[in-house]
Amino acid sequence: MKLLAIRLSWQKTPAKSLVMWQTAFYKMMSTVIHAQNLQKSYAGVRVVDGLNLDIQRGECYGLLGPNGAGKTTTLRLLLGLIEPDSGELSLLNHAVPHQAREARVRVGVVPQMDNLDPDFTVAENLLVYGRYFGMQDAEIEARLPMLLEFANLTHKRDAKIPTLSGGMKRRLTLARALVNDPDVIFLDEPTTGLDPQARHLIWQRLRELTAQGKTLLLTTHFMDEAERLCHRLAILDQGRMIAQASPQALIAQHIEPQVVEVFGERVAEWAQQQAAQFSQRFEVSGETAFCYVADAQPLLTHLHGHQALRYLHRPANLEDVFLKLTGREMRE
Amino acid sequence: MRFVPIWQRHFLVWRKMAATSILGHLADPLIYMLGLGFGLGSMLPQMGGTSYLVFLSAGTVCYSTMNSASFEALYSCFARMHEQRTWDAILNTPVTLDDIVLSEVVWATSKSLMSGLAVLAVIWLMGLSHSALSLWLIPLSLLVGVCFSALGLIMTALAPSYSFFMYYFTLVITPTILLSGVFFPVTQLPPSLQIVSAILPLSHAVDIARPLMNGIVPPSLLLHIAVLLGYTVFGFYVSLVLFRKRLSR
Repeated sequence: MKLLAIRLSWQKTPAKSLVMWQTAFYKMMSTVIHAQNLQKSYAGVRVVDGLNLDIQRGECYGLLGPNGAGKTTTLRLLLGLIEPDSGELSLLNHAVPHQAREARVRVGVVPQMDNLDPDFTVAENLLVYGRYFGMQDAEIEARLPMLLEFANLTHKRDAKIPTLSGGMKRRLTLARALVNDPDVIFLDEPTTGLDPQARHLIWQRLRELTAQGKTLLLTTHFMDEAERLCHRLAILDQGRMIAQASPQALIAQHIEPQVVEVFGERVAEWAQQQAAQFSQRFEVSGETAFCYVADAQPLLTHLHGHQALRYLHRPANLEDVFLKLTGREMRE
Repeated sequence: MRFVPIWQRHFLVWRKMAATSILGHLADPLIYMLGLGFGLGSMLPQMGGTSYLVFLSAGTVCYSTMNSASFEALYSCFARMHEQRTWDAILNTPVTLDDIVLSEVVWATSKSLMSGLAVLAVIWLMGLSHSALSLWLIPLSLLVGVCFSALGLIMTALAPSYSFFMYYFTLVITPTILLSGVFFPVTQLPPSLQIVSAILPLSHAVDIARPLMNGIVPPSLLLHIAVLLGYTVFGFYVSLVLFRKRLSR
């Protein structure tokens, strides 16, 4: 519609229209993932409810949300694996789900649950997977050393999958998603279940991919992961997007800059009587009171006089935003 | 032709355990065929002008092909779809669910062809058939294989777990073997069961196989082929619809 409107104005002001044309064209070309008013229900429950997304080339975009927020369903919709009830979708300028198969030629996917072929070696897994993209064996074999290097698995080339550690399997799954040299990579909870060393290595690799200009769309419920990796992120809850911005902007927009966590046996009593006096906002969860403040000094001075209470003073982070927006109650 | 790389994958897995697989193709049908053929055969008069062993051999080719196709389309296919999530991995590539289902049919058919060929090889080596017409049992194995692969996939598409397959084997496959003229002529059955037999795909396969083994062109050949093809198309179509429904959740 926009392009049409520009075309109509062409006759009046050709030079200006040309610039507008170009801007609209480049925006279209650089939009890798586009979703408009996406809806999906299962058995009457809206799992994805009016979602809008515009993800640009080279961006690392995060989908955050508690369990059941609709993150995985969103990824499956974008890949064309399930059909939306309504809404418009495109992936790499292919309409989805209609042309999803064509789009997936240029996409790599790291699924939430490992589904490597247990009967094959590391190298065989990559070879067999590359064939699904219509690649020739020689073409895949030429990429193997680079992929194994990227996954730190060169020494495990001929190892069987059941002998690999969780971190190695995850890295192999990531390498497998790169076998076709994709433009876009979908990662569904890429570091869930990994130890800190393994997570850091995955993060390093994902940053390298972003540096190469790949577009990443990842879901996670690790706030530190989202804060470190994502240029922009969206917080989803019950299928709706409740916030979207860069991690820093989300923190600045939604929450006071400093947090004082106060712990102790009688913290609930203290909070009820005193916390409101010293903080803009506070929440009590178990034996901890979270006090959100612009200036922490008066509160800290006050706490010095309380021997029974201990505290931690820190800058506000994404987890504070997340808990504020999605609430503290359990989602199961 | 997008199903080809998936077929190659199954073949690569098979190659890694080819020895046990071939043993499986041969052992079970041959034990039955030779055990019953020699044991029962020594007490029985000739059947339709041949020894009981020869009578049994035609049925054995058909039912071992059916068994092999059914096991692959049920247990192995279910493992790939449900347990190993191989299908999920493949669906993230430019391959569609229809390609995957087709590859499963073609692969289960390939395995059943191997099974049929293994039994046929023993039959020829033992000199149980001297007719060149028995070579037609090779394409027949292909037809029986594709038919029971497609039918078996319906069960796989419906299965909540492996134990569900027990119903199919106990309530469908075993009665099918007994009612289709594998071990004894269908004419020995009561008339009501003969009607049931006439609608079972395996009995049509046996009706093609047995005359060919004895060097005779089977009567009503086209009808039997049409029935087997009809079941194939039915099985493939229904399973595809069910798989699409199952995987769209």
